[in-house]
This record gives sequence, C-alpha cells and structure tokens, in this order.
Amino acid sequence: MRYAMAIDTKKCVGCSDCVVACQIENKVPTGYCRDWVTETVYGAYPQLELELRSERCNHCDNAPCVRCCPTGASYIAEGGVVLVEASKCIGCGACIESCPYDARYSHPDGYVDKCTFCIHRVREGLQPACVAVCPTKCMYFGDLDDPSSDISKLLKTRKYKVLAPEAGTKPQVYYLL
Amino acid sequence: MATRRDFIKISALGIGGATLGAGAFNLLKGSGAELATTAAFARYPTYCEVCFWKCAGWSYVDEQGKLLKVEGHADDPHCSGRLCPRGTGGIGMYYDEDRLTTPLIRVEENGRQAFRKASWDEALGMVADKMKAIAGSHGPESMALFNHGSSGHYFTHLLKAYGSSNVVAPSYAQCRGPREAGWIATFGTSVGTPEPTDIRDTRCLVLIGSHLGENMHNGQVQEMSDAIDNGADIITVDPRYSTAASKSRYWLPIKPATDLALLLAWIHVIIYEELYDKDYVERYTYGLDRLKQHVRRMTPEWAYGITTIRPEAIRETARLMASAAPATIVHPGRHVTWYGDDSQRSRAIAILNALLGSWGRRGGFYFPESASLPEFPSPEYPKPKWSWKDTLDGRYPLASMGVTNTVIEASIASPEKEARIKGWIVTGTNLPLAIPDKAQLERAMQSLGLLVVIDTMPMEITGYADIVLPECTYLERYDEVRTSPYREPSLALRMPAIAPTGDSKPAWWIAKQLGEKLGLSEYFAYKDYTEVLDWQLRQVGSSLEEMQRAGVKMIPRKTPLYLKEGEAFQFGTNTGKIELYATEFEKYGFDPLPNYVAHPEPPKNYYRLNYGRAPMHTFSRTANNPNLTDLMDENKLWVNPKVAKIWGLENDQEIWLKNQDGIVSNFPIKVRITERIRWDSVYMVHGFGHSRKELTRSYGKGACDAEMITRPMTDPIMGGTGMRGNFVTFLLEKPEKAVES
Ligand code: SF4
Ligand code: SF4
Ligand code: SF4
Repeated sequence: MRYAMAIDTKKCVGCSDCVVACQIENKVPTGYCRDWVTETVYGAYPQLELELRSERCNHCDNAPCVRCCPTGASYIAEGGVVLVEASKCIGCGACIESCPYDARYSHPDGYVDKCTFCIHRVREGLQPACVAVCPTKCMYFGDLDDPSSDISKLLKTRKYKVLAPEAGTKPQVYYLL
Repeated sequence: MATRRDFIKISALGIGGATLGAGAFNLLKGSGAELATTAAFARYPTYCEVCFWKCAGWSYVDEQGKLLKVEGHADDPHCSGRLCPRGTGGIGMYYDEDRLTTPLIRVEENGRQAFRKASWDEALGMVADKMKAIAGSHGPESMALFNHGSSGHYFTHLLKAYGSSNVVAPSYAQCRGPREAGWIATFGTSVGTPEPTDIRDTRCLVLIGSHLGENMHNGQVQEMSDAIDNGADIITVDPRYSTAASKSRYWLPIKPATDLALLLAWIHVIIYEELYDKDYVERYTYGLDRLKQHVRRMTPEWAYGITTIRPEAIRETARLMASAAPATIVHPGRHVTWYGDDSQRSRAIAILNALLGSWGRRGGFYFPESASLPEFPSPEYPKPKWSWKDTLDGRYPLASMGVTNTVIEASIASPEKEARIKGWIVTGTNLPLAIPDKAQLERAMQSLGLLVVIDTMPMEITGYADIVLPECTYLERYDEVRTSPYREPSLALRMPAIAPTGDSKPAWWIAKQLGEKLGLSEYFAYKDYTEVLDWQLRQVGSSLEEMQRAGVKMIPRKTPLYLKEGEAFQFGTNTGKIELYATEFEKYGFDPLPNYVAHPEPPKNYYRLNYGRAPMHTFSRTANNPNLTDLMDENKLWVNPKVAKIWGLENDQEIWLKNQDGIVSNFPIKVRITERIRWDSVYMVHGFGHSRKELTRSYGKGACDAEMITRPMTDPIMGGTGMRGNFVTFLLEKPEKAVES
C-alpha cells in the first residue's frame, strides 16, 4: 500500500477550503496550518500564466524528517504516511529544518505537527478532510499500489510534477498539469 | 520574454514562525479523540447563511453539545456535499467572541453618547413606542426596512403588517438590479437567484468581469470545474488576470469600462457572419433587422480602438461561442453596477444569448423551478398609501424592486423639504460598507427619528443605531424552509445545533415580539416558529419531523427544464417574443438597442479603482470571522509593476488612498505588486478596512473600497449605483486625518 495525493492544478481555484477544513478537522490552533495554498505567476501582462497549488507534507518515500529525528517520534506508518508521535517528540525542531517543503510547524503545546493524510479518517474509510471538502473536486487521494484507484489511473494518463524533485525525497503529492 | 515568479503563500499564516516558549511543553498532546471526525456525536440539518447560495449541510456537535464543524449535505443539489471555504468556516460566525449578545440602547452620559445594555422587553418596548409615534404623526409608510439574508423575511412581514411596503435591499441597486432590468426587457423574466446557468453541460462559458473561483458561489464553481474536466472552453473578459482568466482558453484583457463595445462587436460578428441560431431567432425573437442595422458599423475594428482587444481575437471568440451554441453561456454576472449604463450592458449580454439560442437550452440556461410552500395563515396587510416607488420621483421607471438610494435620499431632511422617511429597521446588511457616497448615507442616518439595527456582529451600521438587537447566528436557530429555484426543486431545513449565545435571539422571535408590542399579534399566530414550519411542510406532504431527519427533500419538477424542439413559447415581454429590440425601453425613452458610451478616464497619476471578491470572504460580513480571517485577514492593493516602479512602491509597503474628490482612506493598505493587473487600474478585495474597534480582529485591517466610492454613476433605467468610475492616487506618507490604526 502506498498512499498518495494528486491535485489537479487545472481545476484548483485557490479558495483555501482545504486549509480551513483541515484546521477544523484537526484542531489546528489559530494562526497555524497543515496545508496552505501557493500562487505562482509566470510572464508579464498580458502574457500570463497562473498556478495555484494546495500544498502540504509530501509523505516522502525518502523522508529526511524521519531520518533526522533524534527520538524516533517521526516515523513511517501504514501506506507510507509520515507521522509524528507527539508523546515522543521533544520539540527540538530538527525535522522542521530538514523538510524542503516547510511542511512542519511547532505546535504551541510543545511538539511538532504536520499533515497526517488524515489517517484517522482514512482508517474509517473516509477521504482526508481537505479532499472531501474541495469544491472543485481537484484533489484525489488513494493507493498507488492499486492500479484501479483513481489516483493510479490519473497518474498514468495525465502529465504531472512533484515539488522539489532535486531534493531526492521522492514526494508523494503529485500536481496534475 | 521576461519570466517573473511571484511566490506568495496565500494562507500560510505563521507556519514555522512559532517558537517554543519555556514551559510550553505539554505531555498530554493532541490525542486522536479530539479530532472533529471521531468526536462527532450528533448532527443537525442546516443551510448556510454565509451567502445567498444557501448550501444545505449538517452541523455536528460533540457529546458535550459543543459545535464541531459544518459539512455539506451529500444530497443537496446546491452543494453536492461540499461547502465552500466560507461555509466550512461558518462555525466562526458562532465562535466569534466579538458577537452582539445583548440588546443595546443609545444613551447620553456626561455629554457623550454610548450604548447601555438593556433587556429585550425594554429595547423592544422602546422600538415599538417609537414606531407607534412615527405611524401616528407621519403614517406607517415612513418606516423603511433595509435587509439582506434570511432575517429579511420576518421583518418584511412585520413592516407590511404595520402598514409600510418600503422594503429595500442593497442586493438590487448596488448589485444585480441592472441585469434583472436588462433580462426582463429582453426575455420577460429576471435572471433570478441562484443563476440558472447550465454550466455543468456547457461547451463554452463566457465570463465578463465575473470572477468565478474568487467569487465562490458554490454550485457555479463546482460546475465550472466539471466543465473544465469535460473540455469546455472558457472565455474571460477582465482587465485583471483573474483566477477564472487563468483557466480560460481566451483571456481578453479589456480596457476597463469598455465592455459594451466588445459585446456590440461580438453581436456584429455573429449577425454579419450569420452565426446566429436562425431557427431560434426566427421563432422566438423580435427586432433582428433593426439590431442588424444598429450594429452595422460596430465592427471588431471599431471595438479594437475602444477596448484594446485585437479584432482577430474578437472574431475568433465570437466564432467559438457560436460553434458551441446553444451550449454557450454568456454569463449575466451578478455584481453588475459598474458604470451607470449597466442595464444596457446587461441587455447586450441578453441579446448575445438570444442570438446564440442559449436561453432555455441545455448547456446554456435552464428554466429553474422552485418548490412552493403556502404562507402560514395571516390576515391581509393594510394597504399603504405610498411606497418606495414614490421615492423615485419619476426616475428609474424600470426598477422592479426597492431602490436603496432613493429611500436614503427620501430620509434626508433639509430646510426646503421634510423627509418622507423617518425611521429605518436595518437587518443583516452593513450599509456603510455597501452603499456608495457615505456622506449622503450619514446625512440620512442623522435625520432619522429611529434607527434599529438587527445583526449578529457589531458592524459599522450598529454604531449609528438608536437600538441594537442581537440576532443569533444561523447555527442557533430555525428559519424559513429553503425553496430556492434550481434544476430540481428541493426543500432544505435549517434547525439549531446549539442554544443561542448570550441573550441573542432568532429574527423570527424578534419580529414576533415586536409585532405583539405593536398590537399586531394576529399576524404572528404561533408560539414557536416550528409550528409555522410544520404547518407549511404538512401542506406539501412532508413534516418538520421528516425534515429534521432528512435535512433535504427533493421535489419532482412539474415543468420542463428546457425548451422543446420547435416549441411555441410566450415570453413575458410586450411582444411575447425575446426582444432583441426592447419595446419597454423605447416606451420610457431609453435606447431600445444598446449603444456604447465612453466613460470618464482616470486623471494623471490616478488609477481606476476596481474591487471584487476573495473566495474566503463574503463582503464585510466575514471579515471578523476567526476561521476566515485566519485564511485572509486584510486586503491588499494590487498594483502593476510598471506603476509600482513609477511610484517606487515595494511589496507590503503601507500606503493611503486618495480619491478624485479628495477623500483619503481611513486606514493604510499594503501594496501587492503583481502582473495580474493592468497599469491603468488598481484592485482590492471588498469588505475590509473596518472602523469599529468592537470588531477586534478586523479593525483597521486593510482599506475600505466603499469609502473611496463617492461618485456613483446612476443607471437612469433602474437606479443602480455604478461604482467602477472612481479613481484613486497614492499617499506614501501618513496623512493628517487618518485614524490611528
Ligand atoms: S479546496 Fe480545492 S480548489 Fe480550493 S484551494 Fe484547496 S485544492 Fe484548490
Ligand atoms: S490530509 Fe488531512 S491533515 Fe493533511 S492537509 Fe489534508 S486535511 Fe490536513
Ligand atoms: S456558497 Fe459557500 S457561503 Fe454560500 S451558501 Fe454555499 S457554503 Fe455557504
């Protein structure tokens, strides 16, 4: 099993519903977030292109945060999901430093927090909160090891990219182009 | 070509920015049991009140009855189980600690005016006494209601029972009114709400200044996404590179204020290249020959000089629209009060749709149908001696709803003229941020003998009130059953998930209590609104109990969704046809065929002020919502890099705005330098720059566009206040008058 996410940049409108849904679902304290939206503008008026991306932890196959965690609080769970065991986390922030995606933050309660792929929902057979709420239905979550999953099919037929591939992290959030 | 890469985390507030305070380490960390999904215990049906789309959903509470979240109702055609960010963040309306929780009465203490807390009995008694006095000396017609949203229903009923039909809403003359006037003149019916655009099945969607995706009207945004999946083409006309523009096959970066010239040129191409739907036009329309003659010289070359859009692009897009027709939508827009000739621009859009044969056709516009619920039995209303129509004083003959601006004018007393309107009830609308020409609005409010404001939040308007009545949020109350027209009619129930905060009350309760104090009890012949709902639902074979369980109930359509092939159809116009040539406009002396008129241009060093929406906010209403301010807590001024260079501006630099009439913004606004905006205009999101300190989260955050709009251009046809003809320049130093922020 290899959980992954694909996000269709052709459809995303940058509304941030994924952000607020995640904050509410995961009780993220005000002023923090596990996912966020970026806007990239290419070109000059009026020859322009715009890419909106909903970003979060990439649940990397080769996760530097897990490798550098001194206590083993950061670990890889089922389906390759990268998690933090809050009770083992000493809040040293080594993982925050090591993440090329700026995906982790120090929770005010003293541990490091980040996107969990909503594993608590996935275990109940639900979609992650951000995927379930997205009004443009531009986000897909599923198992890459299952060739019949939507996400496997999309990655076969559509062009895509990942973020910072040069970092060698093998990220598992794919952006459909 | 130079490639620029603006990189902005729109909503990454504070990420990585927090440092660990000593002693903040907590061993009892985030156990899974606190998560919203696993903690959910009970759910109650509701429909969202954060915009008029009224998406149905469920409010979830935990075992302690604490509100956890609101989610879309999977069976609701308005939202298909997915709320927009404003709906998801709607719980912030409930949790906002700045809410109004008790009635307030204006008092004078030591020469200073202030509010003091009051009981409902005292506050409502005072309102009733003043209303009785106004009715006694000036007649009940001199009370007016300004309303928006669900609460308007109850106060409209109250006002009519009291004897006034002076009911107005900014959603007409400050928003969609011109499009309704243009549509009624052409198709004999208004566009209506929600718009019956068949985006799901369209092959070509044309947006003129409509920024779907930034404007999050849920069903339309969802369907636009489906249309993208289905390979539909989008054509966007906007001086700003909007989100929708970035999804478009064609973006036409039009010179602001020239849209009508482009529309006329499109009409020219479609007629002269014979691209129109001949059968449809022959069968259903009136006036093609005169239209053809009228647009003879309005060629793409003619329009090029006005709009800066290349003639080839105009021809290509016209052909694209025609090739997809009738599954083409030239979107009527929603906020269309731009330049004062907006009914005529809306007419041109209506004509274009008629030529393409898209009205009443699959992939164009469907015929909406709503479920109808009988009104709860109530005596007839007294007949008012005069109404808002008399405040028009012979102007705006085609206004089909009350015009806020004329009622405001009629409230101003002057030495020559006594004011006809003496008192206002304002519910759910923050007039100072919605109405242009603030000075006039303030003169009116100073003249009033009574100003009652009903709201959930201490909005700017409450600062002018004599009496403030706290309404509870939509998550804490029953309301009317939703019956909005759609493809499939449906009923949706809103019921409380939690008890009202503090002493706040549902609008139905406030109106009923006030009615009783006014001696109008027979108009409110129920103890609780659930009686009304159950009675109404039983008339159509449902019940309150059923709706409490189901939330949403679909009702089968009775009428066809589209025109049938070759069907004979009577339109509600004078000729019974779709009027390409508008006889109703002619009758009142307005151009029966639209003409392009040039509008004023910005003076040197000034820029046209354009404004619009952000997906996570609804006007000024959400600017203090804790969940939504977390996504966006201020607006910024979009400035083209060339303009920034001339002025030496940097990103996030705070500047003040000054408009053509010398009005300076209360608060500074941060600059956002972006290629997405033309050099002749600037852009900001509407609804920020709040000036009431009681709004602790939004006070002084960003600037207020309404404040800069002192020169509305009024539509002579229906009274709409065009607001895109105001120009601003920049003040780099803090001006004398600006409020401390
Ligand atoms: S909710 Fe969907 S459309 Fe909105 S920003 Fe997130 S991914 Fe994009
Ligand atoms: S998967 Fe869950 S935790 Fe991760 S960003 Fe989406 S909602 Fe947040
Ligand atoms: S579109 Fe958004 S704000 Fe409007 S009713 Fe639906 S969820 Fe609420």
